[in-house]
Amino acid sequence: MIHLTILLIFAAFLFSAGVYGVLARRNAVLVLMSIELMLNAVNVNLVAFAQYLKDLTGQIFALFVIAVAAGEVGIGLAIVILIYRNRETIDVDKIDLLKW
Amino acid sequence: MIAYSWLIPALPAVAFFVIFLLGSRLPGRGAPVGIVAVAASLGMSIVVLGQIAAGHGPFESSIQWLQVGGLRLEFGEYIDGLTAVFFVVVCLISLCSQVYSLGYMKGDRRFSSYYAFLSLFTASMLNLVIADNLFQLLVGWELVGICSYLLIGHWWEEKENSDAAIKAFVVTKTGDVPFLFGIFVLTLAAGGVANIPQISNMAASGQLGTGLLTVAALLLFGGAIGKSAQFPLQVWLPDAMAGPTPVSALIHAATMVCAGVYLVGRMYMVFAPSGHALAFVGTIGAITMLIAATMALVQDDIKRVLAYSTVSQLAYMIASLGLGPAGYTPAFFHLFTHAFFKALLFYGAGSVIHAVHTNNMSEMGGLGKRMRTTYWTFAVGTAALIGIPPLAGFWSKDDIIATAFNTHHYAIWIVALITAFLTAVYMTRAFLMTFRGEYRGEGHPHESPAVMLAPMVFLAGLAIVAGFLGAPFIHGAFHYWVAFPGGETERFNWALTILTVAVGLTGIGVGWVLYRDYREVDPLKRLGGLWTLWTRKYFMDDIYNEGIRHPIQYPIAGATASFDRTVIDGAVNGVGLSTRRLSGVLRYIQSGNVQRYAVFLFAGVAILAFVITRL
Repeated sequence: MIHLTILLIFAAFLFSAGVYGVLARRNAVLVLMSIELMLNAVNVNLVAFAQYLKDLTGQIFALFVIAVAAGEVGIGLAIVILIYRNRETIDVDKIDLLKW
Repeated sequence: MIAYSWLIPALPAVAFFVIFLLGSRLPGRGAPVGIVAVAASLGMSIVVLGQIAAGHGPFESSIQWLQVGGLRLEFGEYIDGLTAVFFVVVCLISLCSQVYSLGYMKGDRRFSSYYAFLSLFTASMLNLVIADNLFQLLVGWELVGICSYLLIGHWWEEKENSDAAIKAFVVTKTGDVPFLFGIFVLTLAAGGVANIPQISNMAASGQLGTGLLTVAALLLFGGAIGKSAQFPLQVWLPDAMAGPTPVSALIHAATMVCAGVYLVGRMYMVFAPSGHALAFVGTIGAITMLIAATMALVQDDIKRVLAYSTVSQLAYMIASLGLGPAGYTPAFFHLFTHAFFKALLFYGAGSVIHAVHTNNMSEMGGLGKRMRTTYWTFAVGTAALIGIPPLAGFWSKDDIIATAFNTHHYAIWIVALITAFLTAVYMTRAFLMTFRGEYRGEGHPHESPAVMLAPMVFLAGLAIVAGFLGAPFIHGAFHYWVAFPGGETERFNWALTILTVAVGLTGIGVGWVLYRDYREVDPLKRLGGLWTLWTRKYFMDDIYNEGIRHPIQYPIAGATASFDRTVIDGAVNGVGLSTRRLSGVLRYIQSGNVQRYAVFLFAGVAILAFVITRL
């Protein structure tokens, strides 16, 4: 049995890594992957609390998050492919047409 | 059948929408639709009038339209003899005008919209007539106003025509303001009831005080003064001649101007108890009939002669209503007969104008030889208007003059006799100048097509026989159709009738002597000052222009316009400008960079989390 605190610290690290990735990475695919990291950090939290509270709700919720994340990444990658076809780049700094 | 009377206004209304939406794509460019609709309405109107004549009492039904606070607005129908007579007159004249327009308006570029508005005009007037409450009546009233605006300005490319349309609209609107307040006064006094039969009952049973009724009646009469072109608002009607002639016939004979007389008749229970209101109505009628007849004497435009004659004849009706209950039936009898011969006269004038392409009688003359049918029908109309027995106008005009004498309104009686004399003079003048002598214009005028002559011949027949409906010694049916309680009176007096006819014949004689041979200089110019007064329309247009329009147009309208430009526009533009300045600063945040947005997002979440945990 791993202690709850260790799990929370691990999840927090994972989440922060994800935030860094989203904010700092230029490659759109890596940004998407970083979002996955953040989602999974949340999943870890959910499962950890489920085990701690002896309540299955958290685990079920985590399953839902995984399913939705799969869908999200599918759409996200499709968008990235389309952007690449149109502009031959997936550098998020250069995809900035939607502005004044 | 009576219960389905609402179909009578509904059919032309449907025709309006069909013609308006489909327009030129319809066969005949939409004209047959309007004609068929109004013919069906006419058939139903005659059946309804027959049922009224057979003794079916007033019929009433209504549905709720909307409820505003304590005021319940209804949409309903109230059918009595007056309504039924108006149905027949409006539908008949509208049908004649639409048939006549087939020839008169042939090839006009806005032919379809012209027919659409004719249908709407008819539907509006029928709605005004059928209304069982004041608000529905007001809807019809305003629709009639806007339709006449549209039709008078049919040829709006010429500034004169669109000016005439605006003048008609604005002047009648001036009368509508007191009318609207009259409706408010009556409805409030009756406790939120706008239903006309209920208000009439309250007025008759004395639930509403005489003072209140006087005020309400005078306010309502303001609307009638505007719509029926009575003094001092008669200035719009002669200018309304700018419209196509069939429209003039429709306006003068059946719709627009008759609405004012109808209003007084419909609300007569409000007028009748108030002696002051009746005296005012009678006075206005007497003034108007005299000044309009004098102005008709000096016109050169044939349609303007007829226009002033309409004003004068409407004033007969108004004056008759001012005589008290006894004058109620004669007023509407005159309206009934007047509709036929006045429409006939306008069609005749239209036929002449169609042939010679001018309105000026000084450029006509000698047309009797070239346009036989027009000549004879116009002669019938003229004789009917002058009141030669046994034509229609004789019975009705004699009825009014005799009633004025019998009810001891001697002043009105004398004015009516003088006006009858003047009527004979100016109609003889117009007739002789147009049809007799030598042709003074250019080109070779021809008789109009059969589609225009048919309504004229038909109406000439009616102008001969319609009077017998109300002839006193054969107990004419008209007085059973349209009657007002307490209005029964002695109606025929040989001495008076002979006097009236003699006055008319004298007028014809004077007209004949003066205008038998055409002269370059009108013989009446010898009157000097009076001639100037009459040709300048008693200076009323000048008074309105200098006294009302200019003070409003330059100082007041100028000040309002500059207020509008500086303050109102300034505020609106200021809001727009400051928004643009602010957004000019803020737009730099909108970089298009997703990650920068994400930074703001996370920063926001962090701040929120910080604040929430601290609280």
